[in-house]
Amino acid sequence: MSEYESHQYDIIVIGAGGAGLRAAIEAQGRGLRTALICKSLFGKAHTVMAEGGVAAAMGNVYPEDNWKVHFRDTMRGGKLLNNWRMAQLHAQEAPDRVHELEAWGALFDRTNDGRITQRDFGGHRYARLAHVGDRTGLEMIRTLQQKAVSMDIDVFMECKILRLLPDAQGRISGAVGYWRATGEFVTFTAKAFVLATGGIGKSWMYTSNSWESTGDGHAMAIWAGADVIEMESVQFHPTGMVWPLSVRGLLVTEGVRGDGGVLRNSEGTRFMFNYVAPMFRAETAETEEEADRWYDDHANNRRTPALLPRDEVARAINAEVKAGRGSPHGGVFLDIASRRSAEYIRRRLPSMYTQFKELAGVDITATPMEVGPTCHYMMGGVRVDADTEAATVPGLFAAGEVAGGMHGANRLGGNSLSDLLVFGRRAGIGAADYAEGRTGDPEVDGAEIEAIVAEALAPLGRNGGESPYDLHRDLQETMQTLVGIIRTGPELEEALEKLGVLRERSENLTVTGGRVYNPAWNLATDLPSMLTVSTAVAQGALARKESRGGHTREDFPAADPELGKVNFVQRQTDDRGPDAPIIVSPEPLPEMPAELRQLLEEGQ
Amino acid sequence: MPDAPESADATDDAADDGIEAGVDRPGGSGLGAAAGAESPGAPDRVAMRVWRGDPGGGEFAEYELAAQDGEVVLDVIHRLQATDAPDLACRWNCKAGKCGSCSAEINGRPRLMCMTRMDELPEGPVTVAPMRTFPIIKDLVTDVSFNYEVAKTVPAFSPVPEPPDGYRMQQVDIERGQEFRKCIECFLCQDVCHVIRDHEENKPRYAGPRFFIRFAELEMHPLDTNDRRELVRQKGGLGMCNITKCCTEVCPEHIKITDNAIIPMKERVVDAAYDPIGWLGRTIMRRHKRSAEEAAAGGQ
Repeated sequence: MSEYESHQYDIIVIGAGGAGLRAAIEAQGRGLRTALICKSLFGKAHTVMAEGGVAAAMGNVYPEDNWKVHFRDTMRGGKLLNNWRMAQLHAQEAPDRVHELEAWGALFDRTNDGRITQRDFGGHRYARLAHVGDRTGLEMIRTLQQKAVSMDIDVFMECKILRLLPDAQGRISGAVGYWRATGEFVTFTAKAFVLATGGIGKSWMYTSNSWESTGDGHAMAIWAGADVIEMESVQFHPTGMVWPLSVRGLLVTEGVRGDGGVLRNSEGTRFMFNYVAPMFRAETAETEEEADRWYDDHANNRRTPALLPRDEVARAINAEVKAGRGSPHGGVFLDIASRRSAEYIRRRLPSMYTQFKELAGVDITATPMEVGPTCHYMMGGVRVDADTEAATVPGLFAAGEVAGGMHGANRLGGNSLSDLLVFGRRAGIGAADYAEGRTGDPEVDGAEIEAIVAEALAPLGRNGGESPYDLHRDLQETMQTLVGIIRTGPELEEALEKLGVLRERSENLTVTGGRVYNPAWNLATDLPSMLTVSTAVAQGALARKESRGGHTREDFPAADPELGKVNFVQRQTDDRGPDAPIIVSPEPLPEMPAELRQLLEEGQ
Repeated sequence: MPDAPESADATDDAADDGIEAGVDRPGGSGLGAAAGAESPGAPDRVAMRVWRGDPGGGEFAEYELAAQDGEVVLDVIHRLQATDAPDLACRWNCKAGKCGSCSAEINGRPRLMCMTRMDELPEGPVTVAPMRTFPIIKDLVTDVSFNYEVAKTVPAFSPVPEPPDGYRMQQVDIERGQEFRKCIECFLCQDVCHVIRDHEENKPRYAGPRFFIRFAELEMHPLDTNDRRELVRQKGGLGMCNITKCCTEVCPEHIKITDNAIIPMKERVVDAAYDPIGWLGRTIMRRHKRSAEEAAAGGQ
């Protein structure tokens, strides 16, 4: 095929966070040869940063909880733009997936009668998040990692995948990438590929995401001709750190509010009471007294507005800061110090305690935190079949953050960890079924590989071009200022123009040093993904002329019922790759069965 | 003899035991004469000495740049990458002390770069070197595959069958296990451990502190049925640890590795090996546990 190192498997999973691990475990368990590929060391994927918990209607704390309530909460949180079937499967299967982790060695915090305890979170009617203090993601990734190791799944670490390759019939059959440690290229062939590459936050200046979140999977799917949906739906988490500047954007878990913390402005007012949207009015407390009673008695009180869905809270904070009622460093105050004992705070939120103590010199048991919105999560992504996670291109599957549909226009906290488990497993099954039914060895075109390798190497051989760091900084500035939490048509058009210029500049990058563990070169090869995904986000945002969930248009502040019936689908048709245009078109959402629609209306 | 570390902090033990810089390899030390001899000048500048090199050798490169409020060492490294040293290699992910990627030796002390604030370090150039115990790949990046190989040798969690209404565990019974599971696999404990820090020959027969807490976590798990005590004694080299507590001192998660994991494991292992009456008693009490041979062979 080529002179490069090559590996052949039945199934290749790209990305070794929660979704990728869970998919690989399922596929390997079926007896198929499975390998995991990740850009970082094994066990360092972004799942590790998830804090508050994994949402599952186990009913351990509130026996009246069940999948139907979880389904309802998820759909309403997503402003009904969710793929209903995904939301249903997710709510139904999450409890089994969490229990399964316990059988694999996870140690979740317990109730008094020895079961897994659950905490309150935004948009969830009942305390529903299984957790381990505020380091739930670490527990999940380690459990899955140790399970994968015990199953002898091959893991290729610090390997960057550049592009997916089809065979002559258009089935995804190969991938080409390079080892970060040596800079040598490597090819993989397999009967099915699962994308589990996570998010896209690194295109914004202030983000909770790590360097890995460059949207590689989103971009590779687009370049392979797959559909992506809802690219305009980017979640800005309401509570990121705002100071010191070097940690701006770092996540402050919603668990702070779940455990009693409240948001205050510079006047000391709990301002969230002033930002309750009509959709949530009936179930939200109107007074501070009722909100405070709710923590201990959900049955006789309505929930605190501090725990409205994330899009609502982020917009409210944004408005308070704009109105001049912000904190000294441009955020608002998140206060748990005055509301819970120091001992309670340290036990329930140990890593928040450490994070503020060590990075900001703030003792959160004594002083309020300063917080503000941070780019956190991509709701949009690869369009998949709800049951199998098959993309619209044969041989390709997607699960976790890279997949779209499950969360609609806004994700509820805790629903991403459960998403990883439910759809990671289903993607593993879907890919295994597909691989078993596929005949012949997967074959790819050597010439195509050569072209991809040449493109990746170009910045190393070029003199006098610009630094990938400079280009990245300009991209982040563009997305932060023009495609941020509040958007307007003219700004989005300006963003698209600037993205076009950035794309041209990306053809003229220069990287010094060799190929061995060269972060400048690594960034240069991540930039094509970031540019493609950023363009898709801006295009989707321009097309959706309404405000819904994480997508807010200042020039179209209301939700439009007609647009609530469509997904904006984006795809490359004839021309494909980083240079080719991406077409946007509205397509109707899947029709929800009447009995599920009924659930949405109950309890309003 | 290279310069001795100047930091007179909690890791003096660690420094005494392990940190002896080689000739063409960065030591953990490195807070060189320059640190004491010349003041960094105005406080709005920071001076950095960052080890640059590859398996063939290398040296400390010196940089100076503007100081910025509230920065951690990793921020400064990132600013160097964006300016003077675009190909400077380092690992990082979360930048919040949660993933354990950015381990290095800062002024001779094994630490996470993302959790070390510049303003808490003593005045003078800040020295950043890669972890000494692992082979160099480039600059601050080392080959930590040793740890992933050891992980494969730990027999997996193997629970009792699940009762119809699910597993029940009391919080008090899992708290020790939860302490060990806070481990972010930064491998700083492995780096500082003198058994392998300058003794490559010990690596094949020594699991290291990270894996002693893994063994301890499984040993203390209320539901687990594997008995790994003989394995951790024979193949894990638990006896080679002479409890100098260097690992505990560098752990960014503040896990009491020595007191809560290694010492109790040593006691349990000794009991298993040399105390037949106690062993008989425990065998009756803990009939779920499988033998070391079964555990090693069975994996699951």
